[in-house]
Amino acid sequence: MNNSLRALLGATFLCASTGVAFADGHAKTITIATVNNGDMVRMQGYTDKFTEESGINVEWVTLEENVLRQRVTTDITTNGGSFDIMTIGMYETPIWGANGWLVPLDDLSAEYNAADILPAMAGGLSHDGTLFAAPFYGESSMVMYRTDLMEKAGLEMPDAPTWTFIAEAAAAMTDRDAGINGICLRGKAGWGEGGAFITATSNSFGARWFDENWKPQFDTEEWANTVNFFKDTMDASGPAGYATNGFNENLSLFNQGKCGMWIDATVAASFVTGKDSTVADHVGFALAPDNGLGKRSNWLWAWALAIPAGTQQKAEAKQFIEWATGTGYIEMVAANEGWANVPPGARTSLYENPEYQKVPFAQMTLDSILSADPNDSTVLPSPYVGVQFAAIPEFAGIATEVSQEFSAAYAGQQTVEEALANAQEIATEAMEAAGY
Amino acid sequence: MARAITTKQKVSWTILAWAFGLLMFFPIMWTFLTSFKTEGAAIADPPVWFFFDWTLENYTAVQERSNYPKALMNSIIIAVGSTILGIIIAVPAAWAMAFVPGKRTKDVLMWMLSTKMLPAVGVLYPLVLLAKWLGVIDSRILLIVVLMLINLPIIVWMLYTYFKEIPGEILEAARMDGASLKSEIIHVLTPMAIPGIASTILLNIILAWNEAFWTILLTTVNAAPLTAFIASFSAPEGLFYAKLSAASMMAVAPILIMGWFSQKQLVRGLTFGAVK
Repeated sequence: MNNSLRALLGATFLCASTGVAFADGHAKTITIATVNNGDMVRMQGYTDKFTEESGINVEWVTLEENVLRQRVTTDITTNGGSFDIMTIGMYETPIWGANGWLVPLDDLSAEYNAADILPAMAGGLSHDGTLFAAPFYGESSMVMYRTDLMEKAGLEMPDAPTWTFIAEAAAAMTDRDAGINGICLRGKAGWGEGGAFITATSNSFGARWFDENWKPQFDTEEWANTVNFFKDTMDASGPAGYATNGFNENLSLFNQGKCGMWIDATVAASFVTGKDSTVADHVGFALAPDNGLGKRSNWLWAWALAIPAGTQQKAEAKQFIEWATGTGYIEMVAANEGWANVPPGARTSLYENPEYQKVPFAQMTLDSILSADPNDSTVLPSPYVGVQFAAIPEFAGIATEVSQEFSAAYAGQQTVEEALANAQEIATEAMEAAGY
Repeated sequence: MARAITTKQKVSWTILAWAFGLLMFFPIMWTFLTSFKTEGAAIADPPVWFFFDWTLENYTAVQERSNYPKALMNSIIIAVGSTILGIIIAVPAAWAMAFVPGKRTKDVLMWMLSTKMLPAVGVLYPLVLLAKWLGVIDSRILLIVVLMLINLPIIVWMLYTYFKEIPGEILEAARMDGASLKSEIIHVLTPMAIPGIASTILLNIILAWNEAFWTILLTTVNAAPLTAFIASFSAPEGLFYAKLSAASMMAVAPILIMGWFSQKQLVRGLTFGAVK
């Protein structure tokens, strides 16, 4: 097909379009793809301030996390240019950065002070030492527990509990007649749901996804111990149907007073102490448990802003990223909505701020983030970067299938041994097919 | 001779029909109720049915965060546009297959239907690359064409089935009276097939309205319809059920109203033959 036919076809499409909006020829407009969560929605509310300051208009495309991943992956792999900024996580950033799909953020202004980004976050959002995405907010995972139920059980939660203590406390707090489950954890299939939780837990049991030669390790004793412990604890003290519970289901249970403990994302701290929680005044926090092997079971994640290489508005996109992830934005939100509502987990200076230190969950969030190292997450050596994932393109597909096997075991549809054998087979086949 | 129906049978069938109807309607009713609850009440266990503090805060929040009129307009243009385009192509195609069938007509019909069996994601990348090459990503015309192509097999099959019930002799008589092909289709066939064409149009508007794969993946800002509008209210971390319900009610309301007013025509077209 020659150029004139191509032009004709394109023109026909465009002429037939009854309402394709076109941007104002004078004002620049950037398009940002993002997820629907509290901090991102809050940022959208302040967009007018950015436009006032810069003269750049902002269009938002908000999507559910999995839909967003599919949408931005399609766009970036086809060099579609639909977005000028994408909200992506720690899993995608190093892979896409290595592929040359993202614009390096190594020339941000001095005022932005990139050195202030928490080292764990900067490390997870870089490839070969180059930052490819700026963290808007970061999170780890920690224990959220009911102080009143803990007291009633005659126990005291240590700042850094072990899994043995957690299992004992869960059993002690469980009161089926009163509808209270000692512990609520993610069992839902999906690499970002139950898959993320069991992977982070496995780190504390000495397990790893792959050995130094990229051979899957589900046939090891460490993995058997991990999954058996999870299932036994949840069968004894967890809610009915835990195999299908994810973040939102557990949040709902905890807020209604039906969980003694919940181990999940640090960002949940503001929800369980917020207006929709019936137990807001009885919540305590502790580090995610360990097993005495030197690694805790907390994960590390950041939602970050990155610029796809196909954008035509690199300078404007960088300007927005500096505005949204800079200290000025944090101060603006704090002044308008209080320090508890600023995006957490991204900057060192936030945790040095005396006002922010007064927020109840601030220190525990920082401690949790600092105790997770994506470059050294397992007890035994492993070849991958990432705490609750391995930053290789094949991981999401493999982990989704593996987590489905585990969920089937939690639901009693197969034994833990069968689930692990299936996981080993799935991972081995996928890794061999990928040429590892 | 028709068999007499006893009162007991009447009552049983009525109860069964109501039970089935309520079961089908329950998700819509629950979404409607949830849209007026606070996020806390939306996740209450045991669930609260009618006795809660009714609030409009979710509808207000949804309006503040999104451009509903724009998404609604996009949905209307895309759904109606793709259906009209599909009908324009499908009427002559179905006419030809129904009244002047060839040796391979059945095979062509089966092949058209078989294209519905291909998983949509299988052609995602080729389509995105083609759209990018033509410069039509995030345009209504792209979605009109794509949704028309997706629904075309259904439109052709529905019309073909309907046309087949029209006696060929009527068309022959028209031809003998000197009607051209154009007037045969427009003045003889179409009036007789109006119930069938109407039900095909209605069904395809509903299908296009609800399509949520292509409409989300091929749009960003300009052409995003109500499916993308709903998708923006689902959250991985945080309570969202009440707002999502409000957004869903706003998205389905127009098509529910249209379905309500056109249900007679829809049922008639789908169940009665052309010449009854």
